[in-house]
Amino acid sequence: MVTSILPLRVSDAVVKRRKKRLLGPVSLDVTAEGFTIIMGPNGSGKTTLLRVLHGLERLSSGQVSWTVPLADAQIRQAFVFQMPIMMRRSVRDNLAYPLLVHGQGKTAAYQAAEIWADRVGLADALDTPAPQLSGGEKQKLALARALIREPEIVFLDEPCANLDGRATREIEAILKDAQAAGTRILMSTHDVGQAKRLADDVVFLMHGSIIEHTPAKAFFTGPKTPQATALLQGDIVE
Amino acid sequence: MGEIWEGLSAGFWLVVTLDADLVEITLRSLQVTLSAVVIASVIGLPFGAFLAIRRFRHRRATIAVLNALMGLPPVVVGLVVYLLLSRSGPFGVLGLLFTPTAMIIAQVIIITPLIASIAHQAIRDIWAEYHDLLISLSTSKRQRIKTLLWDGRRALITASLAGFGRGIGEVGAIMIVGGNIDNATRVLTTAIALETGKGDFALALGLGFVLIALAIAVNLAIHTIGRTESEGKW
Repeated sequence: MVTSILPLRVSDAVVKRRKKRLLGPVSLDVTAEGFTIIMGPNGSGKTTLLRVLHGLERLSSGQVSWTVPLADAQIRQAFVFQMPIMMRRSVRDNLAYPLLVHGQGKTAAYQAAEIWADRVGLADALDTPAPQLSGGEKQKLALARALIREPEIVFLDEPCANLDGRATREIEAILKDAQAAGTRILMSTHDVGQAKRLADDVVFLMHGSIIEHTPAKAFFTGPKTPQATALLQGDIVE
Repeated sequence: MGEIWEGLSAGFWLVVTLDADLVEITLRSLQVTLSAVVIASVIGLPFGAFLAIRRFRHRRATIAVLNALMGLPPVVVGLVVYLLLSRSGPFGVLGLLFTPTAMIIAQVIIITPLIASIAHQAIRDIWAEYHDLLISLSTSKRQRIKTLLWDGRRALITASLAGFGRGIGEVGAIMIVGGNIDNATRVLTTAIALETGKGDFALALGLGFVLIALAIAVNLAIHTIGRTESEGKW
Protein backbone atom coordinates (compact mmCIF):
# COMPACT_ATOMS: atom_id res chain seq x y z
CA MET A 1 0.00 0.00 0.00
CA VAL A 2 1.38 3.34 -1.05
CA THR A 3 1.18 6.05 1.59
CA SER A 4 -1.67 8.44 1.03
CA ILE A 5 -0.84 11.98 -0.02
CA LEU A 6 -3.56 13.18 2.36
CA PRO A 7 -4.21 14.89 4.69
CA LEU A 8 -3.43 18.11 2.91
CA ARG A 9 -2.55 20.90 5.30
CA VAL A 10 -2.81 24.57 4.41
CA SER A 11 -1.45 27.05 6.92
CA ASP A 12 -1.84 30.83 6.65
CA ALA A 13 -1.80 30.79 2.86
CA VAL A 14 -1.94 34.26 1.31
CA VAL A 15 -2.12 35.11 -2.39
CA LYS A 16 -1.46 38.70 -3.43
CA ARG A 17 -1.35 39.99 -6.97
CA ARG A 18 -0.36 43.59 -7.66
CA LYS A 19 -0.68 44.42 -3.99
CA LYS A 20 -4.26 43.21 -3.99
CA ARG A 21 -5.04 40.40 -1.61
CA LEU A 22 -6.94 37.69 -3.46
CA LEU A 23 -6.90 35.10 -0.75
CA GLY A 24 -6.02 34.64 2.84
CA PRO A 25 -4.75 34.17 5.28
CA VAL A 26 -6.39 30.76 4.94
CA SER A 27 -5.81 27.65 7.01
CA LEU A 28 -7.49 24.41 6.09
CA ASP A 29 -7.06 20.71 6.71
CA VAL A 30 -8.23 18.37 3.98
CA THR A 31 -8.73 14.95 5.49
CA ALA A 32 -8.47 11.70 3.60
CA GLU A 33 -12.16 11.16 2.97
CA GLY A 34 -15.26 13.05 2.01
CA PHE A 35 -16.75 15.48 -0.46
CA THR A 36 -16.01 19.10 0.34
CA ILE A 37 -18.05 21.86 -1.26
CA ILE A 38 -16.60 25.35 -1.39
CA MET A 39 -19.20 28.11 -1.52
CA GLY A 40 -19.06 31.87 -1.65
CA PRO A 41 -19.91 34.77 -3.95
CA ASN A 42 -17.95 35.69 -7.07
CA GLY A 43 -14.53 37.04 -6.27
CA SER A 44 -14.53 35.48 -2.81
CA GLY A 45 -11.48 33.39 -3.71
CA LYS A 46 -12.97 29.98 -4.48
CA THR A 47 -11.00 29.52 -7.67
CA THR A 48 -7.83 30.91 -6.12
CA LEU A 49 -8.16 28.57 -3.14
CA LEU A 50 -8.56 25.53 -5.37
CA ARG A 51 -5.64 26.60 -7.53
CA VAL A 52 -3.51 27.11 -4.42
CA LEU A 53 -4.35 23.61 -3.20
CA HIS A 54 -3.47 22.15 -6.58
CA GLY A 55 -0.24 24.15 -6.77
CA LEU A 56 -1.20 26.27 -9.77
CA GLU A 57 -0.99 29.53 -7.84
CA ARG A 58 2.15 30.99 -6.30
CA LEU A 59 1.77 31.75 -2.59
CA SER A 60 2.80 35.15 -1.27
CA SER A 61 3.17 33.61 2.18
CA GLY A 62 2.08 30.53 4.06
CA GLN A 63 2.33 26.87 3.20
CA VAL A 64 0.59 24.00 1.50
CA SER A 65 1.92 20.64 2.59
CA TRP A 66 1.14 17.07 1.63
CA THR A 67 2.32 13.98 3.48
CA VAL A 68 4.68 13.17 0.59
CA PRO A 69 7.10 15.36 -1.40
CA LEU A 70 5.33 17.86 -3.67
CA ALA A 71 6.33 16.21 -6.97
CA ASP A 72 4.86 12.89 -5.80
CA ALA A 73 1.70 14.58 -4.59
CA GLN A 74 1.25 16.49 -7.84
CA ILE A 75 1.00 13.45 -10.05
CA ARG A 76 -1.63 11.89 -7.77
CA GLN A 77 -4.15 14.71 -8.04
CA ALA A 78 -6.22 16.26 -10.81
CA PHE A 79 -8.06 19.48 -11.58
CA VAL A 80 -11.20 20.22 -13.57
CA PHE A 81 -11.38 23.81 -14.74
CA GLN A 82 -14.48 25.96 -14.92
CA MET A 83 -13.94 26.39 -18.64
CA PRO A 84 -12.95 22.90 -19.76
CA ILE A 85 -9.63 22.98 -21.62
CA MET A 86 -10.02 20.91 -24.75
CA MET A 87 -6.87 19.82 -26.49
CA ARG A 88 -7.15 20.08 -30.26
CA ARG A 89 -7.35 16.34 -30.63
CA SER A 90 -9.99 13.66 -30.74
CA VAL A 91 -11.90 12.67 -27.60
CA ARG A 92 -9.88 9.44 -27.56
CA ASP A 93 -6.56 11.29 -27.66
CA ASN A 94 -7.70 13.77 -25.00
CA LEU A 95 -8.54 10.92 -22.65
CA ALA A 96 -5.35 8.98 -23.30
CA TYR A 97 -3.07 12.02 -22.99
CA PRO A 98 -2.60 12.02 -19.18
CA LEU A 99 -1.77 8.31 -19.28
CA LEU A 100 0.62 8.66 -22.20
CA VAL A 101 2.63 11.54 -20.69
CA HIS A 102 3.09 9.50 -17.54
CA GLY A 103 4.60 6.56 -19.35
CA GLN A 104 1.61 4.29 -19.84
CA GLY A 105 1.80 2.13 -22.99
CA LYS A 106 -0.32 3.08 -26.00
CA THR A 107 -2.51 -0.01 -26.00
CA ALA A 108 -3.37 0.26 -22.33
CA ALA A 109 -3.90 4.01 -22.55
CA TYR A 110 -6.32 3.75 -25.47
CA GLN A 111 -8.16 0.90 -23.80
CA ALA A 112 -8.60 2.99 -20.68
CA ALA A 113 -9.74 5.89 -22.87
CA GLU A 114 -12.50 3.74 -24.34
CA ILE A 115 -13.62 2.50 -20.94
CA TRP A 116 -13.81 6.03 -19.58
CA ALA A 117 -15.52 7.38 -22.68
CA ASP A 118 -18.16 4.73 -22.16
CA ARG A 119 -18.46 5.58 -18.47
CA VAL A 120 -19.16 9.27 -19.12
CA GLY A 121 -21.39 8.61 -22.12
CA LEU A 122 -18.98 9.70 -24.84
CA ALA A 123 -18.46 6.27 -26.40
CA ASP A 124 -20.03 7.40 -29.66
CA ALA A 125 -17.83 10.47 -29.83
CA LEU A 126 -14.41 8.84 -29.46
CA ASP A 127 -13.20 10.10 -32.83
CA THR A 128 -14.86 13.52 -32.64
CA PRO A 129 -12.46 16.43 -32.29
CA ALA A 130 -12.86 17.54 -28.68
CA PRO A 131 -13.33 21.27 -29.45
CA GLN A 132 -16.47 20.35 -31.41
CA LEU A 133 -18.26 18.82 -28.41
CA SER A 134 -21.15 20.58 -26.69
CA GLY A 135 -20.60 22.35 -23.37
CA GLY A 136 -21.83 19.45 -21.27
CA GLU A 137 -19.86 16.90 -23.27
CA LYS A 138 -16.71 18.99 -22.91
CA GLN A 139 -17.11 19.09 -19.15
CA LYS A 140 -17.73 15.34 -19.00
CA LEU A 141 -14.62 14.77 -21.10
CA ALA A 142 -12.59 17.04 -18.81
CA LEU A 143 -13.90 15.12 -15.82
CA ALA A 144 -13.06 11.74 -17.32
CA ARG A 145 -9.61 13.02 -18.30
CA ALA A 146 -9.06 14.13 -14.70
CA LEU A 147 -10.24 10.81 -13.26
CA ILE A 148 -8.55 8.49 -15.75
CA ARG A 149 -5.33 8.26 -13.74
CA GLU A 150 -7.37 7.48 -10.61
CA PRO A 151 -6.06 10.40 -8.60
CA GLU A 152 -6.40 10.42 -4.84
CA ILE A 153 -7.90 13.86 -4.87
CA VAL A 154 -9.74 15.85 -7.51
CA PHE A 155 -10.35 19.59 -7.48
CA LEU A 156 -13.32 20.90 -9.44
CA ASP A 157 -13.87 24.58 -10.11
CA GLU A 158 -17.60 25.10 -10.69
CA PRO A 159 -17.81 22.22 -13.15
CA CYS A 160 -21.54 22.62 -13.61
CA ALA A 161 -21.71 26.39 -14.18
CA ASN A 162 -23.45 27.01 -17.53
CA LEU A 163 -24.75 23.45 -17.74
CA ASP A 164 -28.38 22.36 -17.87
CA GLY A 165 -30.02 20.00 -15.41
CA ARG A 166 -29.37 16.82 -17.30
CA ALA A 167 -25.66 17.44 -17.82
CA THR A 168 -25.37 18.49 -14.18
CA ARG A 169 -27.04 15.29 -13.03
CA GLU A 170 -24.73 13.18 -15.17
CA ILE A 171 -21.66 14.92 -13.80
CA GLU A 172 -22.88 14.55 -10.23
CA ALA A 173 -23.38 10.84 -10.81
CA ILE A 174 -19.83 10.46 -12.10
CA LEU A 175 -18.54 12.35 -9.08
CA LYS A 176 -20.49 10.17 -6.67
CA ASP A 177 -19.07 7.07 -8.33
CA ALA A 178 -15.58 8.48 -8.00
CA GLN A 179 -16.20 9.25 -4.35
CA ALA A 180 -17.47 5.73 -3.77
CA ALA A 181 -14.27 4.45 -5.38
CA GLY A 182 -12.30 6.33 -2.74
CA THR A 183 -11.45 9.60 -4.47
CA ARG A 184 -11.31 12.69 -2.30
CA ILE A 185 -13.26 15.52 -3.92
CA LEU A 186 -13.11 19.27 -3.44
CA MET A 187 -15.51 21.27 -5.53
CA SER A 188 -16.65 24.85 -5.68
CA THR A 189 -20.18 25.76 -6.65
CA HIS A 190 -22.74 28.56 -6.58
CA ASP A 191 -25.63 26.16 -6.56
CA VAL A 192 -27.06 25.63 -3.05
CA GLY A 193 -29.09 22.66 -4.25
CA GLN A 194 -26.01 20.99 -5.67
CA ALA A 195 -24.12 21.62 -2.46
CA LYS A 196 -26.94 19.98 -0.49
CA ARG A 197 -26.93 16.99 -2.80
CA LEU A 198 -23.19 16.35 -2.68
CA ALA A 199 -21.50 17.89 0.35
CA ASP A 200 -20.09 16.08 3.34
CA ASP A 201 -18.69 19.34 4.59
CA VAL A 202 -18.88 22.94 3.45
CA VAL A 203 -16.24 25.65 3.29
CA PHE A 204 -17.77 29.11 3.09
CA LEU A 205 -15.55 31.84 1.68
CA MET A 206 -16.02 35.62 1.88
CA HIS A 207 -13.51 38.19 0.67
CA GLY A 208 -10.73 35.66 0.52
CA SER A 209 -11.20 34.20 3.99
CA ILE A 210 -12.86 31.06 5.24
CA ILE A 211 -15.62 32.29 7.52
CA GLU A 212 -17.22 28.92 8.05
CA HIS A 213 -16.09 25.31 7.69
CA THR A 214 -18.59 22.83 9.07
CA PRO A 215 -20.11 19.44 8.30
CA ALA A 216 -22.81 19.73 5.65
CA LYS A 217 -25.67 18.83 7.98
CA ALA A 218 -24.78 21.54 10.45
CA PHE A 219 -24.20 24.07 7.69
CA PHE A 220 -27.56 23.56 6.04
CA THR A 221 -29.60 23.34 9.26
CA GLY A 222 -27.94 25.98 11.36
CA PRO A 223 -25.28 28.11 9.68
CA LYS A 224 -23.20 30.08 12.12
CA THR A 225 -22.65 33.21 10.09
CA PRO A 226 -25.29 35.70 8.90
CA GLN A 227 -23.84 35.57 5.35
CA ALA A 228 -24.31 31.82 5.13
CA THR A 229 -27.82 32.14 6.54
CA ALA A 230 -28.63 34.73 3.90
CA LEU A 231 -27.22 32.51 1.15
CA LEU A 232 -29.28 29.53 2.24
CA GLN A 233 -32.41 31.65 2.41
CA GLY A 234 -31.87 32.59 -1.20
CA ASP A 235 -30.80 36.15 -0.54
CA ILE A 236 -28.03 37.76 -2.53
CA VAL A 237 -24.77 37.69 -0.61
CA GLU A 238 -22.10 40.24 -1.45
CA MET B 1 -6.52 43.34 -73.23
CA GLY B 2 -4.86 41.75 -76.26
CA GLU B 3 -1.61 41.24 -74.41
CA ILE B 4 -3.31 39.49 -71.53
CA TRP B 5 -5.00 37.05 -73.91
CA GLU B 6 -1.75 36.54 -75.73
CA GLY B 7 -0.08 35.95 -72.41
CA LEU B 8 -2.72 33.45 -71.41
CA SER B 9 -2.43 31.53 -74.63
CA ALA B 10 1.37 31.75 -74.58
CA GLY B 11 1.35 30.46 -71.03
CA PHE B 12 -1.10 27.75 -71.96
CA TRP B 13 1.07 26.55 -74.85
CA LEU B 14 4.22 26.71 -72.77
CA VAL B 15 2.61 24.44 -70.23
CA VAL B 16 0.92 22.08 -72.69
CA THR B 17 4.05 21.57 -74.75
CA LEU B 18 6.15 21.29 -71.59
CA ASP B 19 8.58 23.82 -72.97
CA ALA B 20 12.07 22.73 -71.91
CA ASP B 21 13.15 26.17 -70.73
CA LEU B 22 9.95 26.68 -68.81
CA VAL B 23 10.27 23.34 -67.05
CA GLU B 24 13.86 24.04 -66.13
CA ILE B 25 13.10 27.53 -64.82
CA THR B 26 10.06 26.31 -62.89
CA LEU B 27 11.96 23.46 -61.29
CA ARG B 28 14.72 25.82 -60.27
CA SER B 29 12.21 28.21 -58.74
CA LEU B 30 10.75 25.34 -56.77
CA GLN B 31 14.15 23.99 -55.80
CA VAL B 32 15.39 27.33 -54.50
CA THR B 33 12.25 28.31 -52.62
CA LEU B 34 11.40 24.88 -51.21
CA SER B 35 14.96 24.46 -49.94
CA ALA B 36 14.76 27.90 -48.36
CA VAL B 37 11.37 27.10 -46.79
CA VAL B 38 12.63 23.82 -45.33
CA ILE B 39 15.73 25.44 -43.84
CA ALA B 40 13.80 28.47 -42.58
CA SER B 41 11.14 26.21 -41.03
CA VAL B 42 13.74 24.13 -39.23
CA ILE B 43 15.12 27.34 -37.74
CA GLY B 44 11.94 29.39 -37.44
CA LEU B 45 9.32 27.00 -36.08
CA PRO B 46 11.19 25.86 -32.95
CA PHE B 47 12.42 29.42 -32.42
CA GLY B 48 8.85 30.69 -32.52
CA ALA B 49 7.78 28.03 -30.03
CA PHE B 50 10.72 28.88 -27.81
CA LEU B 51 9.72 32.57 -27.80
CA ALA B 52 6.17 31.65 -26.85
CA ILE B 53 7.02 29.40 -23.93
CA ARG B 54 10.23 30.60 -22.34
CA ARG B 55 10.52 33.77 -20.31
CA PHE B 56 13.87 35.50 -20.54
CA ARG B 57 15.38 38.98 -20.49
CA HIS B 58 14.73 41.08 -23.60
CA ARG B 59 12.04 38.67 -24.74
CA ARG B 60 9.68 41.48 -25.72
CA ALA B 61 12.44 43.27 -27.59
CA THR B 62 13.32 40.07 -29.42
CA ILE B 63 9.71 39.60 -30.51
CA ALA B 64 9.43 43.23 -31.61
CA VAL B 65 12.61 42.94 -33.69
CA LEU B 66 11.42 39.67 -35.15
CA ASN B 67 8.11 41.22 -36.19
CA ALA B 68 9.94 44.16 -37.71
CA LEU B 69 12.20 41.80 -39.65
CA MET B 70 9.13 40.34 -41.37
CA GLY B 71 9.17 43.45 -43.52
CA LEU B 72 12.85 43.11 -44.41
CA PRO B 73 13.36 44.58 -47.92
CA PRO B 74 14.56 41.73 -50.17
CA VAL B 75 16.74 44.07 -52.22
CA VAL B 76 18.71 45.06 -49.15
CA VAL B 77 19.05 41.44 -48.07
CA GLY B 78 20.29 40.66 -51.57
CA LEU B 79 22.80 43.47 -51.39
CA VAL B 80 24.17 42.36 -48.02
CA VAL B 81 24.38 38.70 -49.07
CA TYR B 82 26.05 39.86 -52.30
CA LEU B 83 28.69 41.77 -50.34
CA LEU B 84 29.28 38.82 -48.01
CA LEU B 85 29.64 36.32 -50.84
CA SER B 86 31.48 38.46 -53.37
CA ARG B 87 35.12 37.69 -54.13
CA SER B 88 36.37 40.39 -51.79
CA GLY B 89 33.80 39.59 -49.08
CA PRO B 90 34.35 37.41 -45.99
CA PHE B 91 32.81 34.32 -47.63
CA GLY B 92 34.20 34.99 -51.10
CA VAL B 93 36.45 31.94 -51.03
CA LEU B 94 33.41 29.68 -51.07
CA GLY B 95 32.60 30.87 -54.58
CA LEU B 96 28.88 30.85 -53.91
CA LEU B 97 27.90 34.12 -55.59
CA PHE B 98 25.67 33.61 -58.67
CA THR B 99 24.74 30.06 -57.66
CA PRO B 100 21.38 28.67 -56.53
CA THR B 101 22.95 28.20 -53.08
CA ALA B 102 23.42 31.95 -52.77
CA MET B 103 19.77 32.43 -53.71
CA ILE B 104 18.72 29.94 -51.05
CA ILE B 105 20.79 31.75 -48.43
CA ALA B 106 19.19 35.08 -49.31
CA GLN B 107 15.70 33.60 -49.20
CA VAL B 108 16.31 31.89 -45.88
CA ILE B 109 17.20 35.28 -44.41
CA ILE B 110 14.04 36.81 -45.84
CA ILE B 111 11.64 34.03 -44.86
CA THR B 112 12.87 32.91 -41.43
CA PRO B 113 11.56 35.94 -39.49
CA LEU B 114 8.18 35.59 -41.16
CA ILE B 115 7.88 31.89 -40.30
CA ALA B 116 9.17 32.38 -36.76
CA SER B 117 6.81 35.25 -36.13
CA ILE B 118 3.69 33.47 -37.35
CA ALA B 119 4.73 30.31 -35.48
CA HIS B 120 5.25 32.37 -32.33
CA GLN B 121 1.76 33.83 -32.51
CA ALA B 122 0.15 30.47 -33.16
CA ILE B 123 2.03 28.66 -30.40
CA ARG B 124 1.42 31.53 -27.99
CA ASP B 125 -2.34 31.19 -28.48
CA ILE B 126 -2.29 27.44 -27.89
CA TRP B 127 0.01 27.82 -24.91
CA ALA B 128 -2.36 30.35 -23.33
CA GLU B 129 -5.16 27.82 -23.83
CA TYR B 130 -3.23 24.76 -22.62
CA HIS B 131 -1.07 26.33 -19.92
CA ASP B 132 -3.08 25.37 -16.84
CA LEU B 133 -3.91 21.91 -18.13
CA LEU B 134 -0.33 21.00 -19.00
CA ILE B 135 0.89 22.27 -15.63
CA SER B 136 -1.94 20.43 -13.86
CA LEU B 137 -1.00 17.18 -15.58
CA SER B 138 2.63 17.54 -14.41
CA THR B 139 4.04 17.39 -17.92
CA SER B 140 7.75 17.89 -18.49
CA LYS B 141 9.08 20.84 -20.52
CA ARG B 142 9.86 18.58 -23.45
CA GLN B 143 6.38 17.06 -23.42
CA ARG B 144 4.88 20.54 -23.38
CA ILE B 145 6.81 21.72 -26.42
CA LYS B 146 6.07 18.47 -28.24
CA THR B 147 2.37 18.75 -27.45
CA LEU B 148 2.19 22.39 -28.54
CA LEU B 149 4.03 21.78 -31.81
CA TRP B 150 1.85 18.78 -32.58
CA ASP B 151 -1.47 20.38 -31.72
CA GLY B 152 -0.40 23.56 -33.51
CA ARG B 153 0.79 21.73 -36.60
CA ARG B 154 -1.82 23.21 -38.89
CA ALA B 155 -0.96 26.74 -37.85
CA LEU B 156 2.69 25.89 -38.33
CA ILE B 157 1.98 24.62 -41.84
CA THR B 158 0.35 27.97 -42.49
CA ALA B 159 3.50 29.69 -41.25
CA SER B 160 5.63 27.68 -43.66
CA LEU B 161 3.18 28.37 -46.49
CA ALA B 162 3.41 32.09 -45.84
CA GLY B 163 7.17 31.71 -46.11
CA PHE B 164 6.78 29.84 -49.38
CA GLY B 165 4.50 32.55 -50.72
CA ARG B 166 7.00 35.24 -49.91
CA GLY B 167 9.88 33.24 -51.34
CA ILE B 168 8.38 32.05 -54.61
CA GLY B 169 7.31 35.55 -55.63
CA GLU B 170 10.46 37.27 -54.48
CA VAL B 171 12.68 38.84 -57.14
CA GLY B 172 14.86 41.56 -55.58
CA ALA B 173 17.30 39.42 -53.62
CA ILE B 174 17.66 36.48 -55.98
CA MET B 175 18.18 38.81 -58.91
CA ILE B 176 21.14 40.39 -57.14
CA VAL B 177 22.80 37.27 -55.68
CA GLY B 178 21.76 34.89 -58.46
CA GLY B 179 22.35 37.15 -61.41
CA ASN B 180 19.55 35.69 -63.56
CA ILE B 181 22.02 33.59 -65.56
CA ASP B 182 20.40 31.45 -68.23
CA ASN B 183 20.58 27.73 -67.44
CA ALA B 184 22.16 28.46 -64.08
CA THR B 185 20.27 30.82 -61.82
CA ARG B 186 17.27 31.94 -63.86
CA VAL B 187 13.99 31.42 -62.04
CA LEU B 188 10.40 32.38 -62.85
CA THR B 189 10.44 35.81 -61.24
CA THR B 190 13.76 36.91 -62.68
CA ALA B 191 12.76 35.56 -66.09
CA ILE B 192 9.55 37.59 -65.95
CA ALA B 193 11.52 40.72 -65.08
CA LEU B 194 13.86 40.04 -68.01
CA GLU B 195 11.12 39.32 -70.57
CA THR B 196 9.24 42.44 -69.49
CA GLY B 197 12.42 44.46 -69.96
CA LYS B 198 12.86 42.97 -73.42
CA GLY B 199 9.28 43.84 -74.30
CA ASP B 200 8.16 40.21 -74.71
CA PHE B 201 5.00 40.72 -72.68
CA ALA B 202 3.34 37.54 -73.90
CA LEU B 203 6.13 35.32 -72.62
CA ALA B 204 6.41 37.35 -69.41
CA LEU B 205 2.69 36.99 -68.77
CA GLY B 206 2.82 33.31 -69.63
CA LEU B 207 5.56 32.82 -67.06
CA GLY B 208 3.54 34.92 -64.62
CA PHE B 209 0.50 32.69 -64.93
CA VAL B 210 2.68 29.63 -64.46
CA LEU B 211 4.09 31.23 -61.30
CA ILE B 212 0.64 31.93 -59.89
CA ALA B 213 -0.57 28.45 -60.77
CA LEU B 214 2.48 27.01 -59.07
CA ALA B 215 1.86 28.94 -55.86
CA ILE B 216 -1.78 27.86 -55.82
CA ALA B 217 -0.89 24.24 -56.56
CA VAL B 218 1.65 24.03 -53.74
CA ASN B 219 -0.79 25.59 -51.28
CA LEU B 220 -3.60 23.28 -52.30
CA ALA B 221 -1.36 20.25 -52.11
CA ILE B 222 -0.26 21.05 -48.58
CA HIS B 223 -3.79 21.88 -47.47
CA THR B 224 -4.97 18.56 -48.85
CA ILE B 225 -2.18 16.62 -47.20
CA GLY B 226 -2.74 18.44 -43.89
CA ARG B 227 -6.55 18.20 -44.21
CA THR B 228 -6.66 21.76 -42.93
CA GLU B 229 -10.25 22.54 -43.75
CA SER B 230 -11.81 19.13 -43.31
CA GLU B 231 -11.43 18.71 -39.57
CA GLY B 232 -13.21 21.65 -38.07
CA LYS B 233 -11.70 24.54 -36.25
CA TRP B 234 -8.10 23.54 -36.16
